[in-house]
Amino acid sequence: MGASAELVDSDFELPPRSPGQLFRARFREDKIAMASLVFIGLLVLMAIFAPLVVSIVGGPDPDARDTGALDPLFATPTGPSADHLFGVDQLGRDVFSRVVYGARVSLTVAFAATFFATVFGVIAGLLAGYFRGWVDSLISRSVDVLLAIPYLLLATGLASACTLAQTKGGGSGCLGGLVKPGLGVVIFVISFTSWTYMARIVRGQILSMREKEFIEASRSMGSTDARIVFSELLPNLTAPIIVYSSILIPQVILYEAALSFLGVGVTDKPSWGQMISDATPNFSTAWWYMLFPGIALVLTVLAFNFVGDAMQDALNPRKRRS
Amino acid sequence: MARFIVRRLIASIFLLIVVSAVVFLLFYVFPSADPAQLRAGRQANADQIQAIRESLGLDKSVIAQFWIYIKGVFTPLDLPGTDSHGPLYFGHSYQSNADVKDVIFSDLPATVMLVVGAVIVWMGVAIPTGIISAVRRRSFLDRATMITTLIFISAPVFWLGLVFLYLFADDVGLIPIFPGIGSYGAADTFAGKVGAMILPWLVLGLATAAIYARYLRSQMLDVMEEDYIRTAYAKGLPDKRVIMKHTLRSAITPIVTLLGLDVAVLLAGNAILTETVFNIPGVGAETFNAIKRSDLPMIQGITLFGAFFIVTLNLVVDIAYAYLDPRVRYD
Repeated sequence: MGASAELVDSDFELPPRSPGQLFRARFREDKIAMASLVFIGLLVLMAIFAPLVVSIVGGPDPDARDTGALDPLFATPTGPSADHLFGVDQLGRDVFSRVVYGARVSLTVAFAATFFATVFGVIAGLLAGYFRGWVDSLISRSVDVLLAIPYLLLATGLASACTLAQTKGGGSGCLGGLVKPGLGVVIFVISFTSWTYMARIVRGQILSMREKEFIEASRSMGSTDARIVFSELLPNLTAPIIVYSSILIPQVILYEAALSFLGVGVTDKPSWGQMISDATPNFSTAWWYMLFPGIALVLTVLAFNFVGDAMQDALNPRKRRS
Repeated sequence: MARFIVRRLIASIFLLIVVSAVVFLLFYVFPSADPAQLRAGRQANADQIQAIRESLGLDKSVIAQFWIYIKGVFTPLDLPGTDSHGPLYFGHSYQSNADVKDVIFSDLPATVMLVVGAVIVWMGVAIPTGIISAVRRRSFLDRATMITTLIFISAPVFWLGLVFLYLFADDVGLIPIFPGIGSYGAADTFAGKVGAMILPWLVLGLATAAIYARYLRSQMLDVMEEDYIRTAYAKGLPDKRVIMKHTLRSAITPIVTLLGLDVAVLLAGNAILTETVFNIPGVGAETFNAIKRSDLPMIQGITLFGAFFIVTLNLVVDIAYAYLDPRVRYD
């Protein structure tokens, strides 16, 4: 019966660990996720210092047209060479430089759209779950309506409607010029169609949490609604909010690429989706122009997916999916 | 049960009306460009634009325009004094002046064929993969499958399409075995169309199968921890029976919901990426062309038509769910 004696041994103490520490410890166990995190860090650095990265490798400006690099006979794109690591596109632009600069658009949209979708989703979910009644009905029914509209069509429709005015020489953007064509429209359209999931999760969490004793205690001490929401409920929601926004990021990257591919994304800067779209007419001969931006996309999205999965597992250790 | 169906039916119709209003409002409020000018084209003078504005009813108030729009979509009759041929009248294309509804219906067969084939591929791949991965959890096979599926999930479907074409298309592929871009439109026979669809089916099917396989696996793992599964093993039932009857039966029910929604969304036009890559003349490709030409009534019509699909299939799924899962209450 030595084991039971040890159980009551008062000298034996487990070091106290906060939920945050437990979460980080569990996350660190996942080697692939840690590697993905490093990859994402490098990618962010590459995007920020894109001009530096390109000049170190000796690549030209992403918009520079090296017509000498095109095939002298047919003026078709040429493949990887010493001057152009990943080859050139149909205008003689360096594919490597464009892939490096393309990370800027992907990551900017990924972080910005995820941020706005999260903020909006959290606010909507909080209001619906906390105040219930007609506020909840209004918000939940709005979510139902948005979910009933095919999001890709809505997004392309809105993006093209918003970009329209610019090309016709009228005003620019939509909502009276509030949302500017280009990055602004893309971020707006993606956030607008992506906040519903977060709103549903937050609403569900709040609904169950607002009945707990600590909320009742806080209320009986005379706390205002604002205090209960910001000091009691929100801190308890940080973990799920961070995890679900990390799951949203890879989806947003693919979403942006799809919009760019359809020609309603960012057009004034190089982006991976737009490069794949440009490569479509002659992908069979100029495989490099289709391949490299695609690989960049897959690796980036894959890294974010690994991180998101690992975070989800670290949050719910009982529901480990690996 | 009957009351449940009636109540869901009424809710769905109400939702459709609200969705119509929202789609109308979004496309009315957001664009800064003048629809009359778009319709008139580049070379029109002020009088022509004014005439078009009046004929389209764009000089009326928002409420009046909305009322005309709603009547066109929902009334089963032609409206006297207008172009409207209800129901489902979404307006005329700015580009070709064709009735948007007619265009959608002529595009629908290609999209339906694409989606049906893709569903067969993705369920055919995802169900066995999900089951094997769950049963052989943490084995090498499971890990390899999970990483492969995650790669498929991380790849944009339009890029996968190009890669598959580069590898397998009979005109440009390295291993030329399947018909390539545009072969659907070129095929005259049904067999030819089926052949043309093989690559699109594989691409869309495998990309979606990856999501379903992972989802089914995690559902199976959850169910396997239930007490009644342990009971089933304890009373000596063969493994195969416990897995196929007890576990799969419960694990697959949520998949039905997912399937219904995904089919609806794809039919509604989300197959736009696959259709664009393979040049399949479906609803999605029509949207793509409409986007390039800023043909707002077309985009708006297809979007709303898609919403009809989604709401209807949601209703079907809800009812199917109530049959499949006895725990669902009807109120």
